[in-house]
Amino acid sequence: MLPAEPVAGPVWSWNLLTDVQEMWSFPFMVNAFRAGAIVAVVSAVMGYFVVLRRQTFAAHTVSTVAFPGAAGAVLLGFSAVYGYFSLCVAAAVIIAAIGWRGGGGGSGGADESALTGTVQAFLLASGFLFIALYKGLLGGPQTILFGTFLGITTSQVNVLLGVGAVVLAALALIGRPLLFASVDPQVAAARGVPVRALSVIFLVLLGAATAEAGQITGTLLVFALMVIPAATAQTVTGRPGAGLTLAVLLALAATWLGLTTAYYWPYPLGFFVTSYSFAGYLLARSGRALHTRLGRTAAPLLNKEATA
Amino acid sequence: MLHPIAKAREAAGHTVPPPRPGAEPLATPAPDDVPVLALRGAAVRVAGRTLWSGVDLRIGAGKFVAVLGPNGVGKSTMVKVLLGALPAAEGEVRVLGARPGQANHRIGYLPQRRSFDASMRIRGVDVVRLGLDGDRWGVPLWPSGARRRAARQRVEEVIELVGASAYAHRPIGNCSGGEQQRLLIAQALVRRPQLLLLDEPSDSLDLPHQSAVTALISQICHQENVTVVMVAHDVNPILPHLDQVVYLAEGGAASGTPEEVITSSTLTRLYGTPVEVLRTSDGRLAVVGQPEAPARHTDRHTSAPCAGGGHAAG
Repeated sequence: MLPAEPVAGPVWSWNLLTDVQEMWSFPFMVNAFRAGAIVAVVSAVMGYFVVLRRQTFAAHTVSTVAFPGAAGAVLLGFSAVYGYFSLCVAAAVIIAAIGWRGGGGGSGGADESALTGTVQAFLLASGFLFIALYKGLLGGPQTILFGTFLGITTSQVNVLLGVGAVVLAALALIGRPLLFASVDPQVAAARGVPVRALSVIFLVLLGAATAEAGQITGTLLVFALMVIPAATAQTVTGRPGAGLTLAVLLALAATWLGLTTAYYWPYPLGFFVTSYSFAGYLLARSGRALHTRLGRTAAPLLNKEATA
Repeated sequence: MLHPIAKAREAAGHTVPPPRPGAEPLATPAPDDVPVLALRGAAVRVAGRTLWSGVDLRIGAGKFVAVLGPNGVGKSTMVKVLLGALPAAEGEVRVLGARPGQANHRIGYLPQRRSFDASMRIRGVDVVRLGLDGDRWGVPLWPSGARRRAARQRVEEVIELVGASAYAHRPIGNCSGGEQQRLLIAQALVRRPQLLLLDEPSDSLDLPHQSAVTALISQICHQENVTVVMVAHDVNPILPHLDQVVYLAEGGAASGTPEEVITSSTLTRLYGTPVEVLRTSDGRLAVVGQPEAPARHTDRHTSAPCAGGGHAAG
């Protein structure tokens, strides 16, 4: 199950400079760091809105769909990258269409969750079938489900960069109305913000971002970069700007630390990235709990931070 | 379009300097006044059912108006019609001199039963700020100092106006219902609207907060000369502040001053069933015999600390 690496792997020397130099002397590691950075930034920014809009279930569904997408593409002889993108975006569009009929302008309604869950289960099963049909897939379903940093090509990095740039540009354009529609859909609609159209655009962007993240963290661990950093950031601050920045920094840190750890330690990347993310979340939660407890006696600490 | 209304606002500001004008507007509408709201023979149909029809209404600037009536009679629907979210099936509707939906940027809107739970981690200031420029596309890449400062100042000003400065920098999900409602009123006010449409703003609040919020709205209405149209389920807590009442019931509407509308004969005619309006010893009104059980009303009477009920009714 563990990657068939040479028995004597690289050794961490505590001399950070030489460690990083050694690590980055391998082109595949450099590509992994590049791809990780792109994916971390895009996922964290998307994730901020996912958490705010409470659309984690939609995000989860989209990411699950990436599994049969990637497996199917490989089975049909295409690159898995196309499978990720096409099925994720398609799933997002379908969720958007269902959400429309389910009413509720903004976040995905509860009535669609049963249907989504049903389809999700079937698609996962299909993906498993595709894997079984295509016997030669490297590493079996694990790499698709739980991610890998081995063998990320430069062209793959370029695709990630291109798609990521488009997603971020689109978010920059619709960011403010999207925030308005996410927080306060009724008033936003009365102000002429196209709440439904934004919801569809957001889901399409979500599909693209999920397809990106899935290629690094694996489709099952997309939340490590999509939800956890954003949730951590929103635990710490209520300011949109600060929250977005913090989410990006946390996702970047988790990804790069995870990559470094996975380079020196022969265990899966997805585990490390998720663990760092999760540790940050735990820290933030306990910090906040501690603060609210202390805050009853000495209030203005976080306030000062919030207004600074 | 904007010009005559601005003029009308100014005129109204001059003619009505004291906090509360007398209650005589509907019979003789001021001749040079472009009404903020004008409905003529308006009707609305939802899913094939006519909720109300033949509604005539004229509301001038700076008036505090309540839309009253039992549940399901189409009060919120009226707000939607005024916002242009729902077309009127018949008749003519003019809002701020334009067709409904055309002047929404000059309307502050507070939807029904809106509250943020603790997981909404966004500050009150940000929610208010969204009311100012949340509908704008793009990101202000180069923060042009003056404009940004003006926006921030306006947000602070309006938060000060509603008395929410103490908690506006907390995540809104951590604020109490009353605090959230104040922030949302600030959001509705931040663009200096000429018309406020409030859908049961005090619905989810306890009694002291209800009267505080109502008093705040009334103060804003008369101080800033903003017309307020407030959907309310319960007339008693707001009655002292009202200039005009629109009573919807049984497919029709009656409008006028509270004394004109909330009478036994008018309500009996509206409902088609005997309704009695009682006057308590301190001059407040209580409606008895309408389909809605009046138990809550009498309840409110004993405890509602709304001062000046007598002077509104008398």
